[in-house]
Amino acid sequence: MTDATLTHTYTYADLPGLMSLMTGDEKHGPAATSTLDVLWVLYDRVLRVSPEGRDDPGRDRFLLSKGHGPMAYYAVLAAKGFLPVEWLPGFGSYDSPLGHHPDRTLVPGAEIGSGSLGHGLPIAVGTALGLRAQGLDEPRVWTLVGDAELDEGSNHEAIAFAGPAGLDRLHTVVVDNASATYARPGGIAARFEAAGWSALTVDGRDHDALYAAFTAPHPGRPHVVVARVEPKSA
Amino acid sequence: MDTMRDRFAPVVSRLLDEDSRVAVVLAAIGTDGFAGAARRHPGRVVDVGIREQLLVGAAAGLALTGLRPVVHTFASFLVERPFEQVKLDLGHQDAGAVLVSAAASFDWPAGGYTHMAPGDVALLDTLDGWTVHVPGHPDEAETLLRHAVAASDDKVYVRLSVQSNGRALPVDGERFLTVREGRSGVVVAVGPMLDAVLAATEGLDVTVLYATTVRPFDGAALRRATEAAGTDVVLVEPYRAGTSTAAANDALADVPHRVLGLGVGRRELRRYGQVEEHVAAHGLDARSLRERIGSFVGAAVPA
Repeated sequence: MTDATLTHTYTYADLPGLMSLMTGDEKHGPAATSTLDVLWVLYDRVLRVSPEGRDDPGRDRFLLSKGHGPMAYYAVLAAKGFLPVEWLPGFGSYDSPLGHHPDRTLVPGAEIGSGSLGHGLPIAVGTALGLRAQGLDEPRVWTLVGDAELDEGSNHEAIAFAGPAGLDRLHTVVVDNASATYARPGGIAARFEAAGWSALTVDGRDHDALYAAFTAPHPGRPHVVVARVEPKSA
Repeated sequence: MDTMRDRFAPVVSRLLDEDSRVAVVLAAIGTDGFAGAARRHPGRVVDVGIREQLLVGAAAGLALTGLRPVVHTFASFLVERPFEQVKLDLGHQDAGAVLVSAAASFDWPAGGYTHMAPGDVALLDTLDGWTVHVPGHPDEAETLLRHAVAASDDKVYVRLSVQSNGRALPVDGERFLTVREGRSGVVVAVGPMLDAVLAATEGLDVTVLYATTVRPFDGAALRRATEAAGTDVVLVEPYRAGTSTAAANDALADVPHRVLGLGVGRRELRRYGQVEEHVAAHGLDARSLRERIGSFVGAAVPA
């Protein structure tokens, strides 16, 4: 959607206003705002993907695995011109393409539909394998998961495979709002590292720290960034 | 005779050579047969280890990059264990794949219930858009595997089994075949059930249709058969009894009809032993079928 109505460039400061256009999923409000800075830094500074090039085989892929509370995601996609801002107020209504969990067949720029936790990382592994098999070495594959989402065992099948498989185009960002059950301090990065991943833990609200972690070299290994934000229960 | 599964790796290895879209995803089962292909096409033969959620999820990812994944393991671990991945990562993501299962309903009875999947086709029936092939002979398996891989980005399930008929028929990946014509009932034999059905209906005045592609269900063929043979219909399926009863009912919705669904029973037998013993225990041997079919269509069954 090359959106001719996109008459001005949105900035980070516009995101709260865009998010406020969406109502009805306040239950997931904390989940939505926890991802806001990570999503903005990725789409603003890291991902090589544009509305015009969203079918380009050479584009970077971003797979939102944690589909709960997608208001920040829709706001960023709208700010970057993937979908019209006019769609946002319809959020969750019958005729809207924007549900409380995203559907890739309805949302321009969404690489996957999500909502059931633990699906994005395995699909991201397959995406990285598929690109590698076709000699597409440039595109990077990113997936965003929540720390509680990592309680799902399917993630651990993917984590354990991707490290030894040397999927160095694969990136995971874990938005850690301390919502996991039975979590141990430092456990997230340790589990990725044990499987051979490169791992960095940063302040999930610090844009420069996020950017530095997102772009840190990790030759021969997949890369995880644990982005810590204020606890959900706080 | 070799088995359908013996044909699987050679056929799909040739498809890997012929079509750069084809990829194979395995989960530690059936890897030996792809050793040569893995050397020739290292990026397109992937073994994820004993990780069946990743097996299906990764296949979906491959499909989203434009490849045509062929995914293989035992039916229990391909359809049942990662069912949500089949539902969401393939169905909801609108990603295609060819799922090729082995072990079927009780191909390895000594392995017990953990390796039996008589409910696989019924489970897939809860989802939209799946093509289901149930070959009855290794040659038919080859043909149907080729159809499956060539079917654009469709979602296709190919159910391989050690159970097999004595000879192959010219299946086309779509329609039922008319094997015998009669006037007092229609028996639909699915895949490896054909030989037993033909033996069971010897001398009975029934039409026998042979189905190796059961989804979509060839309702038009069933309707045509009932025009001469009447609307008493028996389905003989090598998986859960009654799996296709609804499809047959739908095909005959506007005419009075009766349907008897025969297949693998629901009760867990907790028995090991041989395939033939399980066939008999579920009443799917020729003698049992003859009694059940004969009494349903009202035929006086000659001894």
